[in-house]
Amino acid sequence: MEQKTSDTGKIDVAYVARLARLYLTDEETKTFQGQLDHVVGYVRKIGELDLGSVEPTSHAVAVQNVFREDAVKPGLDHEQVMDNAPAQVSGQFQVPIIVE
Amino acid sequence: MSLSIKKMTVHESLSMMERGQCTSEQLVMGLLDEIRSQDGQIGAYLTVHEEDAVGQARMADKARAEGRKGKLLGVPLAIKDVLNVSGQPCTCASRILQGYVSPYDATSIARLRAEGAVFVGRTNMDEFAMGSSTENSGYKITKNPVNNAYVPGGSSGGSAAAVAGGEAIAALGTDTGGSIRQPAAFCGCVGLKPTYGRISRYGLTAFASSLDQIGPITKDVRDAAILLGVMSGWDEMDSTSVKLPVPDYSAPLLADLKNMKLGLPREYFVKGMDPEVEKAVRGAVDKCRELGAEIVEVSLPHTEYAIAAYYIIATAEASANLARFDGVRYGFRAQGAEDPIDMYCKTRAAGFGAEVKRRIILGTYVLSSGYYDAYYLTAQKVRTLIRKDFEDVFKRCDALLTPVSPTAAYKIGEKTGDPLKMYLGDIFTVTANLAGICGLSVPCGVNAAGLPVGLQVLGPAFREENILRVGHAYETARGLNNR
Repeated sequence: MEQKTSDTGKIDVAYVARLARLYLTDEETKTFQGQLDHVVGYVRKIGELDLGSVEPTSHAVAVQNVFREDAVKPGLDHEQVMDNAPAQVSGQFQVPIIVE
Repeated sequence: MSLSIKKMTVHESLSMMERGQCTSEQLVMGLLDEIRSQDGQIGAYLTVHEEDAVGQARMADKARAEGRKGKLLGVPLAIKDVLNVSGQPCTCASRILQGYVSPYDATSIARLRAEGAVFVGRTNMDEFAMGSSTENSGYKITKNPVNNAYVPGGSSGGSAAAVAGGEAIAALGTDTGGSIRQPAAFCGCVGLKPTYGRISRYGLTAFASSLDQIGPITKDVRDAAILLGVMSGWDEMDSTSVKLPVPDYSAPLLADLKNMKLGLPREYFVKGMDPEVEKAVRGAVDKCRELGAEIVEVSLPHTEYAIAAYYIIATAEASANLARFDGVRYGFRAQGAEDPIDMYCKTRAAGFGAEVKRRIILGTYVLSSGYYDAYYLTAQKVRTLIRKDFEDVFKRCDALLTPVSPTAAYKIGEKTGDPLKMYLGDIFTVTANLAGICGLSVPCGVNAAGLPVGLQVLGPAFREENILRVGHAYETARGLNNR
């Protein structure tokens, strides 16, 4: 499935919501479409700048390849972590069937 | 207690406990009384943990009696509901995390705890810190304690309202695009966004990872310096935290501003800005000049592109960070799903509020195939220009003075129907996050309606000393009885 309006640079809210694993009601789709058209129209102003020779900044403080010592350390308490699970079986997360 | 708990600062509470004039337990009981009598109206807290807090306070009192020391021994704090405190809920004000209980302390919390701080309750916020008014909370509306018809600002609105309303001695917030500084300004308290990398974010639920920072919301600048000093420093659990020594942030809190050069960026004093905000901020600038600072006009030419770049970068990162909320491991799960994908979609549809959905959609769009270069990559290039603007002016200035927000607090409901209008209100704060520099919000007056106005002091990366010095000298000269 292609984004219907890809050539015009407009957001297709219903399509993008599916990419984001998010069900929207018809009313939400309509409201967000209007609001986000407005927002996307605004943020496109960054296209006015001449950025040919400008390098992108991903983080304000440049960090690369941060490694820590490869040492065994205690992690979080398993039971305490699993207490937050919406569904569990034998200490593992339970989910709907993935493969038949 | 000779001092009212409502106005008490961290340093005042510490000196009272040191002199034996009160105990931590009495402070906690006093705050619980304030919360009981006022919070039904203000709505600053999502949850208050009486038993846990009294237990921690008794332990602190016992430790003090045994002669043990701690920089915050027995000081009660309120924590924004986005930071993990072991054994307390952490919902990020979202329905999708209803019922979640933290199995660990965030590093910032662990450091405060190690110095004896007591964690009283969780403060309201915009869901996942997405918003500027705390109206996007999945649970309730928080009101500005100065005037209950007005918003407290956001996203750390609960923390600012708790501090300004006298329901907390001090609080923690987080700031991704102004979420500490703007609510502090709207409620009339002090808010500090430290430099990116200064405080570990381990245990902070991520919104936009290249922008988020944790910081204090307090009644005066000295308190902000104390809390910053305790929380700062490298942490192996956050690879973006920086290995730099932590200075004594209380040392530079002098009475004057001699030998300091402060810049006024002309892009932050624009035609058509709220005249009452401009008057209050210009008054603060005059006061800084009287205190010995040299004031110079400077320019940050790419300011007008900041909101556009910010809302692309912040939503892109949020859409990735919030993918973890799928109903598998924690919080809410929608029932009746046919398969995992159906479960994710149903859970997220029911668990997220409207603003979070909007931002996930916008963020997914700007990262989607064919759009990445036009939006996210371009925004990162604009970010380079904005960062360079600041680097250039900080070559000749120790700090900058600006308004925190173009207006004082607005009425509840006034901007909720128009997201873009809400976003544009962040124009003076998002730049510090994009550039990774530090910023402080200090009260500098009130408008005709009696609502507070904030002065923003921006400083170079890892030079919190500069902005704390300016903020402290200014607030001292202005008179602390105004707080």
